[in-house]
Amino acid sequence: MYGFEPTDEQNMLIDAVRRYAEKDLRAAGHDADEAEEFPAGLIEKGWELGVLQASIPEAYGGFGERSAVTGVLAAEEMAWGDLAAALAVMTPATYAMPILLAGTETQKKSLLPPVIEGEWQPYTSAFIEPDFDFYPGEMRTQATRSDGGYTLVGAKAMVPYADQARGLLVYAACDGKTQAFVVPAQTAGLTVGKREQLLGLGALPLFRVQLEGVQVPGDSRLGGDQGCDPNPLLAATSVAVAGLALGLSRAAYEYARDYAKDRVVFGTPVAQKQSIAFGLAEMAIEIEAIRLMVWEAAWLLDAGKDAGKAAYLALTGASDMAMMVTDRAVQYLGGHGYIREHPVERWMRNGRGVPAFPGLAMV
Amino acid sequence: MISFEMPEKVQHTVNLMTMVAENMMRPVARHFDEREHEIPWDYINFMHDASKQMGGGSFVPGGEKPRKEEAPDKPKPPPIGYQRLAYTAEILSWGDAGLYLCTPAGMLGAAAVAATGTPEQKQRFLTRFGGDKPVFDAMALTESHAGSAMPAEVRTTAVRDGESWVLNGEKIFVTAGHKALVDSEGFIVVWATIDPSAGRAGVRPFVIEAGTPGCQVTKLEHKLGIRASDTASVVLQDCRIPFGNILGSPEVEKKTTEGFKGAMATFDASRPLVAASALGVARATVERLKEVLEARGVVIRYGLPRSRLTNLERELIDMEVLLRSSWLLVLKAVWMMDERKPNNLEASMSKVRAGDIVVRITQKAVELLGPLGYSREELLEKWFRDAKINDLYEGTGQINRLIVARRILDYSRHELA
Repeated sequence: MYGFEPTDEQNMLIDAVRRYAEKDLRAAGHDADEAEEFPAGLIEKGWELGVLQASIPEAYGGFGERSAVTGVLAAEEMAWGDLAAALAVMTPATYAMPILLAGTETQKKSLLPPVIEGEWQPYTSAFIEPDFDFYPGEMRTQATRSDGGYTLVGAKAMVPYADQARGLLVYAACDGKTQAFVVPAQTAGLTVGKREQLLGLGALPLFRVQLEGVQVPGDSRLGGDQGCDPNPLLAATSVAVAGLALGLSRAAYEYARDYAKDRVVFGTPVAQKQSIAFGLAEMAIEIEAIRLMVWEAAWLLDAGKDAGKAAYLALTGASDMAMMVTDRAVQYLGGHGYIREHPVERWMRNGRGVPAFPGLAMV
Repeated sequence: MISFEMPEKVQHTVNLMTMVAENMMRPVARHFDEREHEIPWDYINFMHDASKQMGGGSFVPGGEKPRKEEAPDKPKPPPIGYQRLAYTAEILSWGDAGLYLCTPAGMLGAAAVAATGTPEQKQRFLTRFGGDKPVFDAMALTESHAGSAMPAEVRTTAVRDGESWVLNGEKIFVTAGHKALVDSEGFIVVWATIDPSAGRAGVRPFVIEAGTPGCQVTKLEHKLGIRASDTASVVLQDCRIPFGNILGSPEVEKKTTEGFKGAMATFDASRPLVAASALGVARATVERLKEVLEARGVVIRYGLPRSRLTNLERELIDMEVLLRSSWLLVLKAVWMMDERKPNNLEASMSKVRAGDIVVRITQKAVELLGPLGYSREELLEKWFRDAKINDLYEGTGQINRLIVARRILDYSRHELA
């Protein structure tokens, strides 16, 4: 049967994440973006909420089961606080979740506990490539078999915490199929380039990474010798990013709504003008509609059904939603929307990146 | 719990309605579009017989006969009546939106009775849908000077005279009014004021049955689309009906508009169903567009970034996003109806978006297929015409935006007019 309400357990998690998003992330967002770094302890505090830990079974160091639906609910709340920080908190998930979903038993047993047990650590993944037409189904980074292992050659972009990574999951085409490889830090041939200077996500340290003949052993390939089916992973990252886009958009919508009720123009609050009121209504409808698509795609993942198309459509819708909603939020604040004292311009810059972000989050 | 698992009984409805839509509707869609006001009796009789075989009664939950064999202490499965109804509206409109509106199964008028009537009224008005002959119902709300402003500016009056109400006035744009009053032993639900000085607080719905003296169909409109469906003008001239035909309280509560608000709850049920109907047309359009393109070797490559898509692929993918997201809004709104949760906001949200996207999708489809899209050899130009009604009836897109805006801003109708 159909259902459109989170469980009590999910609501408890949502509440916990919301408190962190409101008290910590909102408070830190502006200065962190300007200073291009997070205040000490901010990311660790988000990590301690245990969103990822609760997705990993006990056998691998966690205390729960993976639920993509719970993941997108948490992602929305966290991104409502601050997208850059939400991505930072979730960075280890981009390393751990694919291992959980597609790794061999040996890989799961050996690789997951060090990530999950203890504090937040810079385990990360190299997914995105620096091309305008980057497509996860056709990676330009190549993995070729050599000496019982693989040689990785290519260039990656927007790799979180690459400069201090304990371990990376590197995606590459292997015999024409997108595959993932576990690459330890300090592996020869792996060069971390300069920190990315981007339109948004100022506080999140993202780096270019060069792979010049990086040698990894045969058992570093996710799923073992035969590799893995990459499609559930690609769907999971699309759904995760779409979930984050919901939170970002809801933040912008609520801010513009509250501002419009407060701001007096020609003697009445500007929200009492139909032009603004109808625009806000459309923003609310857009977010609600796309949220249901994101939930459906996540539910398909949890049900073990093919979620590829649903996840793709959800991300497509979420990309347009994020731009539409954040742009309107800036517009409805008038000139004030353009001033960096208000968060809407930052959300608009972050919102434009949604279609480019798959790979930076995973549920 | 968040779940998108279609209940088995809904799946059954989907299968059945899909067969009806494919076999009884699509093949005659063009015929009835080109012969405005010809009544599709084959479809009507088929639907009536089929509905009787399935237990009969109105489409609207609450109108069905109580089942005696069910033990009262047995845990009941969650109600899905409105979910089935939404799928039915969507699929039959996929078949043909005009014919769908000719379904003799208790639609808008019955919904008003189901939402606001007493058990006695439901028995008296709703059981007729399971009778020997097909029966229609209609909602008479709009007046020539007042569409969405009708409640405040209604001119049709209902005056109490002993054990009767006497109604006077003229209603326009009554969907299926002719079928309800002339072609069957049906009824219409007429909105009138019992106290013109009370404004909205005095407005009530009344049931007027076919054959009532003083109630006459005076005109049938000629329309852009949904031509198989009649759109009637109804004149009420000293039309006398039993006292018990008023839906809701016969008293005017001077201080509040509760009686009126109760009656307006009808729209929380009907708006998602209009949205569902709109999305049936939208889905028909997207599916046909894909068929035509695929026949010419255009394959939609889902998963690619926009930078690698052709314009046709991008348009189609965007249509699918709009279609699915809008459908899920409908599903949530009717699920809330079934769960008896307040859904006024969600009902209007679904209506706004469905009205928007069916218009956008059908207009774009005609454009993309060029001379084929513009040709009456295809149904796309018909769907383009049929689509537009969905952004007009049951509250225009603007009125429903107003409702959503008031809700999200927590404004009264005085604060946001």
